[in-house]
Amino acid sequence: MADTVTSGAPVLELDNARISYFTRAGEINVVPGVSFKLAQGEAIGLVGESGCGKSTVAFSIVRYLGGAGRLTGGRILFEGRDMAKMSESELRQLRGRRFAMVYQDPMSSLNPVIPVGRQLMEVPIIHQGASEADARRRALQMLAEVKLPDAESVFTRYPHQLSGGQQQRVVIAMALMAEPALLIMDEPTTGLDVTVEAAVLDLVRDLRRKHNSALVFISHNLGTVVRVCDRIGVMYAGDLVEEGPIGSVFRNPRHPYTRGLLECLPVLGTDKRTSPLVPIPGQVPPALHRPPGCIFAGRCKHVDPARCTAGRIETIAIPGESVHRVQCVRAIELPLWQRPQVAATATAADESQAELVLDIDHLRKFYETSTSIFSGAESYEIKAINDVSMSAKRGMTLAVVGESGCGKSTLAKVLTGLEKATDGKVALDGSDIGGIRVEDRTSAVKGKLQMVFQNPDSTLNPSHSVGFAIERSLRRLKNLTGAAVRQQARHLMETVKLPADFVDRKPRQLSGGQKQRVAIARALAGDPDVMVADEPVSALDVSVQAAIINLLLELQSTRAATMLFISHDLSVVRYLADRVAVMYLGKIVEFGSVDEVFSPPYHPYTEALLSAVPIADPDRQQKRILLEGAMPSPRDVPKGCPFSTRCPRKLGDICDTTPPPEHRTNSGHRIACHIPMEQLRSVEPII
Amino acid sequence: MTVSTIPSIATPRRSATPGWLRSIMLLRESPLGIIGAFLVAFWIVVAIGAPWLSSYDPDDNDFDAGIIAPPSAEHWLGTDDQARDLLSRVIWGSRVVLTISPLATLCAYVVGCFMGLLAGYYRGWVDTALMQVCNVVLSFPVLVLYVIIMMKFGPSPVNIVIAVTFVASPQVARLVRSQTLELREREYVAAAKMRGEPAWYIMLVEILPNARGPLIVDSCLRMGYTAITIGILGFLGMGLRPPTADWGGMINATYGYVMGGQVLMALAPALALSSLVVGLSLLADGLREISMRD
Repeated sequence: MADTVTSGAPVLELDNARISYFTRAGEINVVPGVSFKLAQGEAIGLVGESGCGKSTVAFSIVRYLGGAGRLTGGRILFEGRDMAKMSESELRQLRGRRFAMVYQDPMSSLNPVIPVGRQLMEVPIIHQGASEADARRRALQMLAEVKLPDAESVFTRYPHQLSGGQQQRVVIAMALMAEPALLIMDEPTTGLDVTVEAAVLDLVRDLRRKHNSALVFISHNLGTVVRVCDRIGVMYAGDLVEEGPIGSVFRNPRHPYTRGLLECLPVLGTDKRTSPLVPIPGQVPPALHRPPGCIFAGRCKHVDPARCTAGRIETIAIPGESVHRVQCVRAIELPLWQRPQVAATATAADESQAELVLDIDHLRKFYETSTSIFSGAESYEIKAINDVSMSAKRGMTLAVVGESGCGKSTLAKVLTGLEKATDGKVALDGSDIGGIRVEDRTSAVKGKLQMVFQNPDSTLNPSHSVGFAIERSLRRLKNLTGAAVRQQARHLMETVKLPADFVDRKPRQLSGGQKQRVAIARALAGDPDVMVADEPVSALDVSVQAAIINLLLELQSTRAATMLFISHDLSVVRYLADRVAVMYLGKIVEFGSVDEVFSPPYHPYTEALLSAVPIADPDRQQKRILLEGAMPSPRDVPKGCPFSTRCPRKLGDICDTTPPPEHRTNSGHRIACHIPMEQLRSVEPII
Repeated sequence: MTVSTIPSIATPRRSATPGWLRSIMLLRESPLGIIGAFLVAFWIVVAIGAPWLSSYDPDDNDFDAGIIAPPSAEHWLGTDDQARDLLSRVIWGSRVVLTISPLATLCAYVVGCFMGLLAGYYRGWVDTALMQVCNVVLSFPVLVLYVIIMMKFGPSPVNIVIAVTFVASPQVARLVRSQTLELREREYVAAAKMRGEPAWYIMLVEILPNARGPLIVDSCLRMGYTAITIGILGFLGMGLRPPTADWGGMINATYGYVMGGQVLMALAPALALSSLVVGLSLLADGLREISMRD
């Protein structure tokens, strides 16, 4: 991959580009100076946590920063021309023709009132003066190229009639229509499900090779960059701290921040018993108070104050490696990086001894849509959870994984009583709570089962102090009064490793990770036996994510609480779960211990999910299984196996017509599939 | 991550300034908002200081000066058709407007918030029923509705408050409902349910405070509308009974004289009313601008 021919002038060259935003508070210099080159057909992935300037750099390339942002130094050369000196009309000539952008949300790039085919045709008509017929032919060809099935029918459809993955393909098709020399993609797969993401990433990789476009690919996910790019640039607080070929950077990361990122990222195949996650302490400093010297120095464990904080840090090339550059004075002298390993000390919790805390038996949750008098639409049932059984013992982490719409969040709502089960049993410490709404549960039951939510920005009430929510919980669930409430709230803050004084702060004064810690403290106030965590880390940056995962694991083991961890991220699940349930369309297709689920025999869906996970390690070989189509609507679930419409290992009619039998092993591993167990066992592992 | 690693940059700027004062100070970033705030503050000061600011009793007839006298050293704005000091009447008139319109707005808000919270929180048939009631009220031409109410119950300050509450609360209810529909899905509401908070608590403590941004802006505008309404009712002769110094009523009394060139008698109360209403809407604009920012 690294041997891309660099012929002639680079397509894109950033030479010490300095970018500032101008606000009421004055100039805020967010990017002090970034340099890199991109040759024809080359792809660079810019990665980093939120707010580190990746998008700012990308937007500045196409001069699309908006009113407040400006290039205040250095040069940005596109095909040898200085972008800053170009007039608006010259820019318009280039936009959409020589370079194109793809954003995270495809709906914001598509006009909802024009059929997608027409929107594609506009590109050659406007930019190349193509005829209607010619434009139409090319649009259809492009739709086929982005692997949209039945291009003719997609052509006439409106954007809202396509799924998210299909919309993003249309946007990519539109970007490639004019065969641009440079393609900029800003988190193009972040909103997509993992199987759809994998297909889009493969598509991007193939198409950019075919069209020989240079690519700037922005992502917070190191794994997606590995799949698509030749080179990677790691950004931190506006600095490009490390840049080089994927292979060299991942094998020998030189910058302590790159190392930190890799250490706090669970990589599929690692788990809590063998490789601990090491969070990066502290936070990104605000751009207004940029320290002299290395901006990472405050969080760096290799810091040498004499050299690191003295003055500007030069970017140095690593000798012996092709174009691997690092902005760190100690880059060469630091020992080579190795993934931290510990001997497998803690064995799996001895499950046979522990008591059963949570027992879900044939649970069903159907939503009935109401018949509208006016539209005359018939009511139908949405089978959000369709016959789900699983159980968890004390102190165990039970993970539920699946793509959006599989029913995992509905499961959390039923458990917590925010929704009432249609049928089946949820036993908490032996008593059935499935059919009881939260309002009708006793405070003892409410305390026993608490929840940590997904969105740090909505989990705390912005009108009240942080301590308010915890104190109310203590009053309501533990019947504490007076000074004891205050004292216990402060104690809980310390339990989640926040300063006790934080109780008086407003949520807006806290970072995302800190808010999530408060949310955990609030859940702990009831002293729960079962903690339901619905995607608690998916909205957080990786370094913060690692710290929260570690906290959850630590609290769980000290309190012997059971955790139901709901997630779409298989790497995280592999890392922290003891048992895993894989859900698809409201049903559990596979259930078992984490080792059983993540190695053969697999359910074909589990296999496909695993093959789709982007792994931030170029040395790990992963088998590719591409899934066709999208998950069917839970309105009309297939009669037979729910996965039959997309299954690459489909046997035949039996899958469509007959619900699959459940293979069970003695250890409790269950797979619901028509394929005989022996055959599933012989499947080669994905990784 | 230990306690000591929580970086100091997360420390908020702590100050002794109370929240409401900080909000007002935020207004200085919106020039139009400042103008609005000054206009409103001016009329508040005038209303409070009316006994000291005015040199005549607003209801006293000074027949020595004559009726509809032009401005003079004694009567800065002249006198009206009953030889009363115009300036004093405008000053005392501000009291009427600045008591009734906030009071009426407050009542409309109490009723509107109650209906909107219930409709948005419970949805279903509660929502349908309440919103249908609102639609019925909203479907009447506002002015006709006012006139009917005032004719039925007779002109008095209390009846103006009731009429405004009746007409404005459905509009407030719609606003509160739309906010509630959105806020009820927030995770902190789910968390409150999970610790067993009663519904009234969730509505009043968890939801309503977070809807305050749009409500504050709307209440400013609504106070302006109410001031106009009082003016209109006064002009139609359905406001406060004479001789109360009421801006609308004062404009009404000029009927016939304006044609004769006596513009000031109509202009003074009209300008007073519009400056207050403009002040309130500028203030609302300023507040909106601030609330958009964070």
